[in-house]
Amino acid sequence: MTAYILRRLLVMVPLLWAIATITFFLMHAVPGGPFDNEKPLPPATVAALERKYNLDGPLAEQYLDFLGNLVRGDLGLSFRQNRPVSEVIGDGFPQTLQLGLCAFAFALIAGVTLGVISAVKQNGPMDYIGVFVATAGAAVPNFVLSVFLVLFFALRLGWFDVIGWEFGNPRQMVLPVIGLGMYPAAFIARITRASMLEVLRQDYIRTARAKGVGEFHVVMQHAVRNAMVPVLTVLGPILAALITGSFVIEHYFAIPGIGRSFVEAVGVRDYGVIMGMTLLYATVIALLNLAVDISYAIVNPRIRYS
Amino acid sequence: MSISERAAILADGGFERPRKQLGLWGVAFQRLRRNKLAMAGGVILLLLIALATLAGVSEVVGRYRPSEQQYEEILTGPTGSHWLGTDNLGRDTWARTWEGTRISLKIGIGTQFVVLCVGILVGAGAALGSRWTDGVLMRFTDLMYAFPDLLAIILMRAVLSQRDWPIIGTGDPQLPGLPGPLLQVILAISFVGWVTLARLVRGQMLALKDMEYVMAARSMGASERRIVFVHMLPNTLGPVIVAVTFGIPTAIFAEAFLGFIGFGLPPPTASLGTLVAEGYAYVRVNEWMIAVPSAVIAALMLCFTFLGDGLRDALDPRTRR
Repeated sequence: MTAYILRRLLVMVPLLWAIATITFFLMHAVPGGPFDNEKPLPPATVAALERKYNLDGPLAEQYLDFLGNLVRGDLGLSFRQNRPVSEVIGDGFPQTLQLGLCAFAFALIAGVTLGVISAVKQNGPMDYIGVFVATAGAAVPNFVLSVFLVLFFALRLGWFDVIGWEFGNPRQMVLPVIGLGMYPAAFIARITRASMLEVLRQDYIRTARAKGVGEFHVVMQHAVRNAMVPVLTVLGPILAALITGSFVIEHYFAIPGIGRSFVEAVGVRDYGVIMGMTLLYATVIALLNLAVDISYAIVNPRIRYS
Repeated sequence: MSISERAAILADGGFERPRKQLGLWGVAFQRLRRNKLAMAGGVILLLLIALATLAGVSEVVGRYRPSEQQYEEILTGPTGSHWLGTDNLGRDTWARTWEGTRISLKIGIGTQFVVLCVGILVGAGAALGSRWTDGVLMRFTDLMYAFPDLLAIILMRAVLSQRDWPIIGTGDPQLPGLPGPLLQVILAISFVGWVTLARLVRGQMLALKDMEYVMAARSMGASERRIVFVHMLPNTLGPVIVAVTFGIPTAIFAEAFLGFIGFGLPPPTASLGTLVAEGYAYVRVNEWMIAVPSAVIAALMLCFTFLGDGLRDALDPRTRR
């Protein structure tokens, strides 16, 4: 297993290199340069700036420079914010991570609860409510949902703040977390319900009931644990999507995370920030995929990686 | 059929009437027709498409031109003449929503068309080609799969913009009904979207390659080309159709996302995404501006999801009762 994990980590190196290369050439293909302003700068200033940030050589030379710096762990400077990219990411990533993890916890708890209740009360009113919430939650984009959440809960009822993010302050956390986590919650609820329905029909559940185990115990101990396997398989991609997909929510709730920085960076061609974030996100996704594969082996002892 | 029924038939005419033979598609269609939710999704979807198309060609349905401005009526709620109100420039929300629906559907379908072409080509190429081709194509697919997809879409959208490319450039539209910026959005969303389909097609093809009926066709002297096009490709279609049905609303979501963060289509073009973004700017003055396009996005999403679920059940032989 250790050898397997090591090998997978090693494979990530060429993968990240390839992603960095594609991103490098793509972002240099974005029309315009990083110092194009509404008010044009004097050519001498632009030339000086380009020399300062090493943008005056041929593209191939810039690429080699960039790779050399990357190997030394140096992501370069953000032209716009005039500070190292690692600092930009270091400042923003904690908020993005908090938001993503909270949304993930919400999606998992709400989704599994909804799915289990729906399955246990199949075709009852609770089931219909659950299925409706799961269906509607998957049909509305997260930014639209957020707009309506803010309209109703923040502006009309005044329960929550309209913008801002302070970890631990529910007035600022609830709406963005629900806004971001609703879609995956709906997805998890659907899978949980389907999986629970299948498990509840198994013979060993009937056996458990026949020997007099209480219904609550049957559901929680016998059924839910086995029904969680299909859910587990989607958790990795969901967590990755939540951490790397919070642009709009961050933008909308003015959360100082890195998702917002990326959108701004592409607009002004801030090469360093674009590259830094792409590599960070690609690493997060690759690591989570690895975590999923490892968790398969833990849940299902029949899988053995060598 | 119970014994008594069979006895009744035998007594009646003396023989059983042979049941009409249905092919794969016939059976699938019958099964789909029995699925109420999928049928409802399909019917509502057709209705939305019909309304959106009619609103574009007929004054009676469309009522106003999407970019027609009326300065006396700005940011109104629903009135007798403007059924769903007007926006900040006095444009009719009803007319603009249908224009947005047309454009978003074009983006959804256009994206899936590109995804389909690339996905089938790469997937089939990997499955049928040499080991070397398979290795190269699949490593490339893995690479694109590892790309953070929203980042890639935003970046690609920026790369394609503001240039005078042939066909997809910013100049006059060269394909009727498909102006350059629209094609740029389609290409940007397709950039990472084809990966899933390529993997799906490859998996299907690899499974089919070893099937007995393919071997039978080969032993009877069918050419490789005939085997691929007549025997194998049609059998990969089921899962592909399902994937495309789910892909259309995903692409519509992606476009709405681009529109919302300001990387969508240039004004005054309305897509559902840009309409939501415009509505968001005036959300405290006129809630209709954001509510209407949001509702249409949700409706499209639900219709495609129900239809896709129905198609999957109908086309999957394992769920056959």
